[in-house]
Amino acid sequence: MRQIPVSQLTEKIKQLIFTASYEIGPDVEKAVQDAMKTEASEIGRSVLCQLCENYQIAREERIAICQDTGMAVIFIDVGQDVHFTEGNFEDAVHEGVRQAYAEGYLRKSVVKEPIFDRKNTTDNTPAVIHTRLVPGDQVHILITCKGFGSENMSALKMLVPADGVEGVKKFIVETAKKAGPNPCPPMIIGVGVGGTMEQAALIAKRMTARAVGSRNAHPQYARLEEEVLSAINCLGIGPAGIGGTTTALAVNIDFAPTHIAGLPVAVNICCHAARHAEGTL
Amino acid sequence: MATYQLQLPLTENDIRTLRAGDMVTLTGEIYTARDAAHKRLIALLEEGKELPVDLAGQTLYYVGPAPASPGHAVGSAGPTTSYRMDPYTPRLLELGLKGMIGKGKRSDEVRTAMQQYGAVYFGAVGGAAALISRSIKKMEVMAYPDLGPEAIHRFTVENFPVIVLMDAFGGNIYEEGPKLYKREML
Ligand code: SF4
Repeated sequence: MRQIPVSQLTEKIKQLIFTASYEIGPDVEKAVQDAMKTEASEIGRSVLCQLCENYQIAREERIAICQDTGMAVIFIDVGQDVHFTEGNFEDAVHEGVRQAYAEGYLRKSVVKEPIFDRKNTTDNTPAVIHTRLVPGDQVHILITCKGFGSENMSALKMLVPADGVEGVKKFIVETAKKAGPNPCPPMIIGVGVGGTMEQAALIAKRMTARAVGSRNAHPQYARLEEEVLSAINCLGIGPAGIGGTTTALAVNIDFAPTHIAGLPVAVNICCHAARHAEGTL
Repeated sequence: MATYQLQLPLTENDIRTLRAGDMVTLTGEIYTARDAAHKRLIALLEEGKELPVDLAGQTLYYVGPAPASPGHAVGSAGPTTSYRMDPYTPRLLELGLKGMIGKGKRSDEVRTAMQQYGAVYFGAVGGAAALISRSIKKMEVMAYPDLGPEAIHRFTVENFPVIVLMDAFGGNIYEEGPKLYKREML
């Protein structure tokens, strides 16, 4: 049994939020740079160029890539041979979020209750925490700081098996089309297919953090990713939604076993400010 | 597509000249307001009271900046999605608001009011928030400090980079731009 004081968890979460908020992943940056060479619209290219400059300034000056520093969504895979000591696990996670948003000059964007008061909690807590137990004695943490311009454009639909691959494609492309300029294109689109309603959504969220340029190991899903990506880039929405050939940088799809009667599809949209970071304790 | 360097406030001539798709840099003073501040402004107008800031002739930026770190006037400060302001905007245009900076499409009511009263809707690149913050030289709170990042601020800006999204003649790059690049799906 490995003992880990929860203060280590707090510190790790804090550092990962800093990394995510200031340093764009090399995969996303490269994809935007590559798109500058292929984008057909001149204003579109100038938008992409601004994004590259923005990534650089944020990294060098350690300021937020985007002012919407998001709601922290934290996936934690805990090795079953780990014993957390000296405090509560979830409290320690929220504490890491609290410290990161206060010390890192990040915007606090969380309200306590969604309908009536909508009062800001002023420290960006609580985070959304998804914990899994896995073999081993390590703790793997994946953090995404999710802005809501793009989160609001996400959608979930319970298709029926007869809708098949065409139905899935159509729903993803329609969701991107409806989103238009709102999620700050070029977007990164995470898709979860199968499972149950909430499982599809969780997969979709994880897929927004899969590296841009990677492909699903399953060849049929890899092909589906490519087909949907090129269909979305034919929509004309373009960088910042003002017209162009770069609407999405990636469509990352994964699947889970599902019920004989179901075909859930969740589409989680993320913007070019795709902030995520991972680490291990 | 033309490029301009403009001094704020916008002049009648600027408003007549600018067309959707033009690239512009703005220098001068702009005000900030988002959902909560709009709601309060419109509530005051409904009660027949005076507004805490005179928006006639001014440009309004839809933004809720991140906190400033030491040595900076403001934290990252990119645009928020404008449509949430749409229900309030025609009333402000009627009062003489001339420019808006945000991101995303606007309602038909806003578009009509922009034509009627003469106003321009600019877009700052969503998410280019660190870059944008560099052109903001000074930030003052003008009203509603209790709203934190949603308070009404006055920004002094230098060469703030924007694109004309909608002009005073109904031109709208969100309609015209994507049409040019839409291709048949393979
Ligand atoms: S959608 Fe993303 S890039 Fe755009 S404002 Fe929101 S967090 Fe920033």
